[in-house]
Amino acid sequence: MNAWFTKQRRLIDFTLASLLRRKGRNLGLLAVYALLVFVLASAMLYAHALRREAAIILEGAPEVVLQRLVAGRHDLIPPGHLERIGRVRGVQEMRGRLWGYYYDPVVKANYTFLVPPDNGIAKGTLVVGPALARERGMSENTGISFRSYSGELFSFVVADVLPQASELASADLVLINEEDFRAFFAYPAGHYTDIALSVANPAEVRNIAIKLSKQLPDSRPILREEMQRTYASLFDWREGIMLALLSASILAFAILAWEKASGLSADEKREIGILKAIGWETGDVIKMKLWEGGLISLTAFLLGFVGAYLHVFKFGAPLFAPVLKGWAVLYPRFDLVPVIDGLQVATLFFFTVFPYMAAVLVPIWRAAVTDPDAVMRS
Amino acid sequence: MIFQPAIIALLLASAVSVAMLAAAAPFAFQIIRQWDISSGSERQLQLERRTYLFSTLAVFVMATQLLALLLFVFNADKMSEMFVGAMCAVGTLNVNPWGFPALIAQMAVFFLAAGWLAVNHVDTRAPDYPLVRIKYAAMLVLLPAVAAVLWLQLQYFLNLRADVITSCCGSLFSEDTKGLTGDMAALSPVPAMIGFYTSLAIAFATAAFHAQTKRGGYWVAATSIAAFVAAIAGIIAFVSLYLYEHPHHHCPFCILKPEYDWQGYWLYVPLFAATACGIGAGAVQPFRNVESLKNVIPPVSARLAAIAAAGFLIFALIATVFVVRSNLILVE
Amino acid sequence: MIELRDVRKAFNQGQHNEYWALSGISLAIEAKQVTALRGPSGSGKTTLLTLIGCLARPTSGRVTLHGRDISGLPERFLTDIRRKTFGFVFQQFNLIKGLSAIENVMLPAYPTGRPHRELAARAEALLERLRLAHRRDARVEWLSGGEQQRVAIARALINDPEVLIADEPTANLDTALAKEFMAILESFGAEGRTVILTSHDPLVVESAAVNRVVDMRDGLLVAP
Repeated sequence: MNAWFTKQRRLIDFTLASLLRRKGRNLGLLAVYALLVFVLASAMLYAHALRREAAIILEGAPEVVLQRLVAGRHDLIPPGHLERIGRVRGVQEMRGRLWGYYYDPVVKANYTFLVPPDNGIAKGTLVVGPALARERGMSENTGISFRSYSGELFSFVVADVLPQASELASADLVLINEEDFRAFFAYPAGHYTDIALSVANPAEVRNIAIKLSKQLPDSRPILREEMQRTYASLFDWREGIMLALLSASILAFAILAWEKASGLSADEKREIGILKAIGWETGDVIKMKLWEGGLISLTAFLLGFVGAYLHVFKFGAPLFAPVLKGWAVLYPRFDLVPVIDGLQVATLFFFTVFPYMAAVLVPIWRAAVTDPDAVMRS
Repeated sequence: MIFQPAIIALLLASAVSVAMLAAAAPFAFQIIRQWDISSGSERQLQLERRTYLFSTLAVFVMATQLLALLLFVFNADKMSEMFVGAMCAVGTLNVNPWGFPALIAQMAVFFLAAGWLAVNHVDTRAPDYPLVRIKYAAMLVLLPAVAAVLWLQLQYFLNLRADVITSCCGSLFSEDTKGLTGDMAALSPVPAMIGFYTSLAIAFATAAFHAQTKRGGYWVAATSIAAFVAAIAGIIAFVSLYLYEHPHHHCPFCILKPEYDWQGYWLYVPLFAATACGIGAGAVQPFRNVESLKNVIPPVSARLAAIAAAGFLIFALIATVFVVRSNLILVE
Repeated sequence: MIELRDVRKAFNQGQHNEYWALSGISLAIEAKQVTALRGPSGSGKTTLLTLIGCLARPTSGRVTLHGRDISGLPERFLTDIRRKTFGFVFQQFNLIKGLSAIENVMLPAYPTGRPHRELAARAEALLERLRLAHRRDARVEWLSGGEQQRVAIARALINDPEVLIADEPTANLDTALAKEFMAILESFGAEGRTVILTSHDPLVVESAAVNRVVDMRDGLLVAP
């Protein structure tokens, strides 16, 4: 066992020395390799952080949201609907919600107008999301006017700007008083956008949803867990598409690795020939070369991954944000909570180290089977 | 099909393994047909050089399968949030009937590869390479096995539908479920513990006996496989309960999660290593009377058996520590 | 100690440029003797040396070492025997550039897994004996031809082989250095080490240090 360790140490020593002797050649490969890891790791870390962000947001959402459908389209909840539901066992609280979208031609973006549950916004004032405040240059006590869909101009005073934390959801949010909301959107009195229900026992959620859809056939219950699933698969899907697009680069990299490994310089060939002649066995040379591949992989993986970590969590992923984040025009500017996931590291490993090692196996073997007497024949 | 990085990675890994073995297959045939160790012809030298490539490939495929096994379980666990009723890997694997077969096939390939490598190891220690033909015929068997893993994984992933209601580990491994997994969970702790420790003790004793006396090599493999099954059953029946400190949580995968401090790895790493070595020790036994292997096989299989014995011992000790340290009381 | 019986070696077998470097050689080489293979270039002496030194396998015929048939052994085992039994000094020295003298000397022992300390001590001793101790950390490409050859000799001796094999050892040396080499050779002969070399340099083959000269031509032995 001891001899085995000593041998591996000597092989590593040798391969390290020979890597350093051919710095230029190996640095090029290392740079490409690390870049590949960097790009893939950035995409994956970013998608994962977004997934978590979405999960955090949904955590605060109601367990069930009930929408009314007319001809299969989302419609307003008419007055008296809430009462028709009556008491449902297991439902802790049930209330109508008011919210809507507003397109602002000034910044060419959509805002979400929302009446908070306690209607705690004073009449004539607004609380706005940070991205919006940034775009329109708003701060506390600035006045702002919006032209409603009916053409009328409404003026408000900004009472507060929402905090930065979890900006993804609140970036384009505008909190508004109920009366203002109804006046601004010409929303019929007594109508609501949808109904939120909170359910204490998660096991009950499904049963309650089934009960509700039986009781109100014109309504559609949306479950929070379904939303979570949808979000998760949405981000997974985007990440997957991104990786599929990048797979071309993985392939290109594998070809490069193959090329590099098989296109040994005359110098390297001679070196392997000498090693074989002075008593190294084919297996020893293969092991030495595998160590070399392993060391290059490890270095590139670490460099690329650390780079990606900094890129995503320190600098906000400027390279990938537009692709992965969302469709809103107002991009949230926020620091993602750093998360590293074992599965992701393992997946990344399979996308980078695995193709590399697979690509260099045959060239390594080819180099290693040089005849021991080759150096004497030339 | 759910388009997801880890799934793509798994399929990639399996596909590359299959492609490598498939590319090697014609050469394996050539070796079986044309091998002649006594010849010094260039063709023979060429064939001998190829054997280096194949053993490297086999090691690579085995390492890939082991890593892919981990990734498979990891991924199943993470995907659980996408399926109604799935709380962990078990639920995800139950989304369609291909999940568990794919997992088991992957484990089987890993152990098959371990056996092949043991045979390869002894063969390369005899100057006349007596097992070359057997080895490469066996490699041709490994190919369909790896292909089967790929096929099962493809079936599994292609048939994943996010809206399927599945059972989670709570229902699969709960006492009132019919079927093997339910039976494992329904084992009451005392008989389960007896079975668990007895089979581990037998496997340990057999392996230790072989390591000492070099006799009973086949039994090492047999008792190792039995101990592996018993160990998994034991983890489901009672070790996991102690780890989760919950009298009804029987899942063998959740213990791999960070929430439980990755304690599962302490159990699975020695268990898999021990079983692989035990199988390796058994795999070389049919050849122990081959003239040139008479002095090669006994020390190798003794050594493998010694590692297996140590692995089972460590596994049993760690499981015991988990049980003793736990706050859960199942047995008064 | 080494016996060859009707040994043949072909290259590019079965192809249009097939050619037989050795066409039937039978030879016995005695232990503790200095044997020289002499012949013009292309006579097959280097090929014969590779067969004797377990660097290659004969296409047909038998090679035995201490009575053990090694002609059918796969490379893995040949290497093992070669490592223990033979040390090589090549015509071009074949040192690895960029490594220091002492690293080059230790290189053949790396796959054996010998403890590093023991190995380094042995390498130091060899360099000392070959008057190279002061150059131990110099990169080999900075050494003179004679120094390079002495490093190559030290490297050949690191695994303490029974047999030292040298291919055209004086081809790249001037007369003074060639004489120095012969002196080293003589000391090995006196030590009782077996030495086999190829050469057509009269300085070597006619030296008193050489016990036996074997003449070759066209892949065959020439009767004396």
